[in-house]
Amino acid sequence: MKKTVQEIAERNTSDGINRRDFFGMAWKALGILAGLEASGMIISYFFSGKNKNTNPPKQLLEAGPANAFLPGSVTAFMGGRFYLARQQDGGFIALSLRCTHLGCSVSWEENKKRFICPCHSSAFDIRGEVLNPPAARALDYYPVLIENGVVKVDIGTLKERKTFRKEQLIYA
Amino acid sequence: MRNIFLHLHPSNISESSLRFNRTFGLGGMAALLIVIQMITGILLRFYYIPSPAEAYNSIIFIKNQVLFGQFIRNIHYWSGVFLLLIAFLHFLRVFFTGAYRDSRSVNWIFGLILLLLIVFANFTGYLLPWDQLAYWAITVSTNIIGYLPVIGESLRDSIIGGKELNAGTLQTFFAFHTALFPFLLIAIVFYHFWRVRKAGGVLLPETQGKSKMVPVMPNLIFREFIVGLVLIASLLIFAALFNAPLLDKANPSYSMNPTKAPWYFAGVQELLIHFHPFFAAFIIPLSVMLFLAWIPFFKYNEPPNGHWFISGKGMESSKHTAVFSTVVTLAGILFNAYVLNFEMVMHGVPALISNGVIPLLILLLLMGSYYQFYLKGFRLSKAELVQAAFVFIMVAFILLSLTGIFFRGKDMELTFPWNV
Repeated sequence: MKKTVQEIAERNTSDGINRRDFFGMAWKALGILAGLEASGMIISYFFSGKNKNTNPPKQLLEAGPANAFLPGSVTAFMGGRFYLARQQDGGFIALSLRCTHLGCSVSWEENKKRFICPCHSSAFDIRGEVLNPPAARALDYYPVLIENGVVKVDIGTLKERKTFRKEQLIYA
Repeated sequence: MRNIFLHLHPSNISESSLRFNRTFGLGGMAALLIVIQMITGILLRFYYIPSPAEAYNSIIFIKNQVLFGQFIRNIHYWSGVFLLLIAFLHFLRVFFTGAYRDSRSVNWIFGLILLLLIVFANFTGYLLPWDQLAYWAITVSTNIIGYLPVIGESLRDSIIGGKELNAGTLQTFFAFHTALFPFLLIAIVFYHFWRVRKAGGVLLPETQGKSKMVPVMPNLIFREFIVGLVLIASLLIFAALFNAPLLDKANPSYSMNPTKAPWYFAGVQELLIHFHPFFAAFIIPLSVMLFLAWIPFFKYNEPPNGHWFISGKGMESSKHTAVFSTVVTLAGILFNAYVLNFEMVMHGVPALISNGVIPLLILLLLMGSYYQFYLKGFRLSKAELVQAAFVFIMVAFILLSLTGIFFRGKDMELTFPWNV
């Protein structure tokens, strides 16, 4: 009687695992390994290129001489995507125009003295503090530097905050 | 050609599965629309340029300079809208005829995956014109992701490649829209069809005696041909009459008022007006998705019988639940807008509680008492109870979406459709 390959393979076993099973498992293990390698490669390929663009180096934008901005005034710098707000006490803060609710651009309403988001009517005061929900956080801001009486804004570094604090203001 | 079509079908098929109101041909229509999307999408790709500087101009060029350019873009736009609507109707049809259990449970999951893929294929395409509509709709929707706990911010940033939409975002969306999603769609659609055939074709209601078997050619093929022709004709008429929207070129400094998410996310956006983002964008959508995915795996007492709404009792309880859901949803929207805003009233209480936990508890309480004091009287089976929950969710979802699309105007205030 002729023996099938299967039967021969089974006879060759000594410790419960025969050659056929061994190769089967080896192939599976190699397959899983190859799959992991490939997905690792794809994931790192995908994310490494993206993260590089998110942290641009310090970019200083010169806003102008400090005394050109009156206390209580708000000046829009659309190119830098911020409002330079000078408080009544003379402190400067550069507020991002992105609403902290869902990212629309807020606009300064001079007669109401507040920033208003056209998307869901969140409102912020001249310090960026929330006056009206749904926004839950104060407006983000960019660091301000004053060198030789000239106001400069670092538009490469966006700072997030929960609420307004005194030390966020910069004085000439 | 003839052979390919015949190979996708069995050679004989039960006569009762041919009745139009068994399936309404929705699955087949969706497949045809995907093919139309591929053809028009490939055509548009010959002119479209995926960069913020050029994208808008290339769309203008397609509109004004290319022969039939506007028409091709309109077909692509409307067939995307049709596809999502028809896929959603198909999903409802499959659920309400009970074709989601036993040998079909895996296919139900793949159907949900396809529905999600179609939503995201639509969503990634929405950004490509790079006009004001696209820019702000995608800004708002991607910012919703930022509210997911822990991973939200970094997930949002890695999807759009920064804090604001930029050239990288457009490149990423373009790759998803024109390469990855179409590829996945084709692959899964074939699998989806194959599983239907493997499950023995369309689920049929039990009848006395076996239904007669008839050859697919010409019985099914001719019917499919007619449905396909009618669909293509309606699509072309639509595309000829209504232009795909295109506003001014995107301007990151100037937001539109109102800014709305794409229409299929209008329901989530409407929820966001009433609930804290943690619930509106995370807990509620996730629970609904888990419920939908779990539907085939509840322990049911009897096999599906293939009847619409399972039984007369199932139909009755569904109707009543639909009315209940309508009342709760509309009353909730109006109450929150005109009578009481929890966040405003409870000053000092964290918004997560005042605008999240409290309204959600009220909603759950209402649902609980509806079940306890009303629905229980129907003595529903497990499947009929799941069906009632499904009806509640779907009616609420549809009403929230309609409110967001048609009844939200300037400043996202409630208004009438002619003022939107």
